[in-house]
Formats: sequence, C-alpha cells, structure tokens
Amino acid sequence: MTNITTSSDELTPPQEIALKSLIEDGLPLVTHPYQQLAETIGSSESAVIQTIRSWLDDGLIKRWGIVVKHHSVGYTHNAMVVWDVPNHQVDEIGERIKASGLVSLCYRRPRRLPHWPYNLFCMIHGKNREAVMAQIERLINDIGLQHLSRDVLFSYKQYKQCGGHFLRRSVTPFSTSGHRTQHG
Amino acid sequence: MSTPMPDAAMLPLHKELLDRFQRGFPLSSTPYLDIARELGVEEADVLDALRFLQEASVISRIGPVFNHKRAGSSTLAAMSVPEDELDYVAELVNAYKEVNHNYAREHHYNLWFVVTASDDLHLKRTLNEISDVAGYPILNLPMEKAYHIDLSFKLDWS
Repeated sequence: MTNITTSSDELTPPQEIALKSLIEDGLPLVTHPYQQLAETIGSSESAVIQTIRSWLDDGLIKRWGIVVKHHSVGYTHNAMVVWDVPNHQVDEIGERIKASGLVSLCYRRPRRLPHWPYNLFCMIHGKNREAVMAQIERLINDIGLQHLSRDVLFSYKQYKQCGGHFLRRSVTPFSTSGHRTQHG
Repeated sequence: MSTPMPDAAMLPLHKELLDRFQRGFPLSSTPYLDIARELGVEEADVLDALRFLQEASVISRIGPVFNHKRAGSSTLAAMSVPEDELDYVAELVNAYKEVNHNYAREHHYNLWFVVTASDDLHLKRTLNEISDVAGYPILNLPMEKAYHIDLSFKLDWS
C-alpha cells in the first residue's frame, strides 16, 4: 500500500530551497528564530527544525553553529601548503596529515601540468608567520615528507570570506545584522 | 584587511560561546534561552554577546557549514595577475555572489578564490565569465577527495 498522505511537518521542495538560502544568511537573533524562519517560508517551526536536523544527519550540513571569522580572533596568518605526491601515495599521506592534527583542511586536487604540479593541499592557520612555519616544519618532520616537492603559499590579503551561496535566486535576507558578504 | 580584535576586548561569555557553540547549536524553539540557561546567564546577555561578536566581525553568522561537495558544485580557482592590478581584479572577482573566499597569496598564482554554484554548468559558466571579465586564465582545481575538513578548531586564547 502506498502512503500518499503528506505530513504538515514536511517542507515542499520550494520551501526547502528558500530555507537553505535563508540559513546561509544566518539564524536571526530573536527569541524564536526558527519560528521566524518558518513564518517567512510559510511552514511550521517544527518542520524547519526537523529539516535542518535531517540535513545534519545526512551530511548535507557538516555543522550547525557559530561560524567564526578566524582572522578576527587573531588567526591572521594562513598558509596553503601544496605537495606533489605520487598518485599511489596520496591517500596514505593525506590520512597521515589528517592524523597529525596540525592542519585544518587537507584535500586532493588535480595537477594542471605544466602550470601546476601539486595534487595535495593543506591549510595551516596561526597567529603569526613564525608559528605557521614551525607547524609546517613539524608536519614535514613528523610524517617524513622531506622528499616531496612542495610550495608554501602564505596569504597576504583577504578580499572575501563568507559562507557559500548555492542559489542564484535571491531571497530577501532578514538577519538582524544585515550582513550578506563581509570583506575582510 | 580588518584588524584582529584584541583578546582583551572579549568577555568570558564571548569566549565561552565561541568555544562551545561552533557546532551543536541548539535546534530548539528557544536556542538562545537554552544557551543562557546552560551558561547561567540571561537570554538577553547571549543575544547581546552574539550581536557584539557579529558587529565586531568576529563571527560571520550562526548557521550551517554546508558540505560543498554535496550541496552544489564548487572549486578552488587561481589566477596569475600583475601585482599592480591585483586589488582591482580581486574586486571584480568579489562582485560574484558565487565567490565566497578570495585571498592574495605569495606565488606566481597570486589570487585564490573558491567558487560555489548550484550545479556543474552554473559553475563552469561562472568561471568562464570571471576569466573573461578579469582578462586572465583560471586554474580550476576542484576537490577530488577530502581527507580532513575542520575549521571549527579550538581557539587558543593565550
């Protein structure tokens, strides 16, 4: 038997799209923020909460909480460290870099020869350049990466840092701050 | 570039909020009240603290960090731009809503930005458009595998 009844606690696809766009701008700073989101998209508070919870459960959202601008709390220096790792070793070295606890991000990306020979990327944040360099040295020594060719790309200007926007459609933001994009 | 806020300007409540609610923010009817009860303060204190942190640009928002790989299509892009044009080109790139991070880095490829779109086609069009407008080719470096992603690291208040 097919169950064709739809629960009032489920969002329609357009409501889901609208909710996704709204939460990218941030949870409103009011007593009942999820209720406010629900009113904007014409649903119930419990449906909004359930939907966000389901996005967390199935991994669409990695975390739900305060998003810190690390630059503003003193983590002013970051280096992207890139390595040219033989293809058959990338996974193993990527996992070891992760396990070191020294990096905040570690990805495999394609080489673009002849312009770009590196296929393993990691990001290291610190309060000053020396701290970041020391962390890179530790990473190299701890994991034994001396033999790999690498490059260190310190950032020296932050032009933009904000959450990802997936939608072309613009939904009127109503976050109390009015910030949509912030330039660092 | 904004000046980092001195740690001294942060109250214990600010630090506690940042330490404890970068993940697991309450999904309840009254999240700010729930946090206030947990921390032994008033709801208004929590709201004021979050407003302060937002105005001071310490936090960008309360909300989701999407798994970009799942939520749409995204890539890391790089351009090599003459240094005296860099600020100008960076502003052109910033004008795109699809661009959510944009940094100058010390390298021959000196402008690095993340582009996120609803799907692969939208992403490709955006990259082409940015390259045309900026006048430089783009190095397109999509993520093939994530070994580690965690930007909610423990802040060192020392």
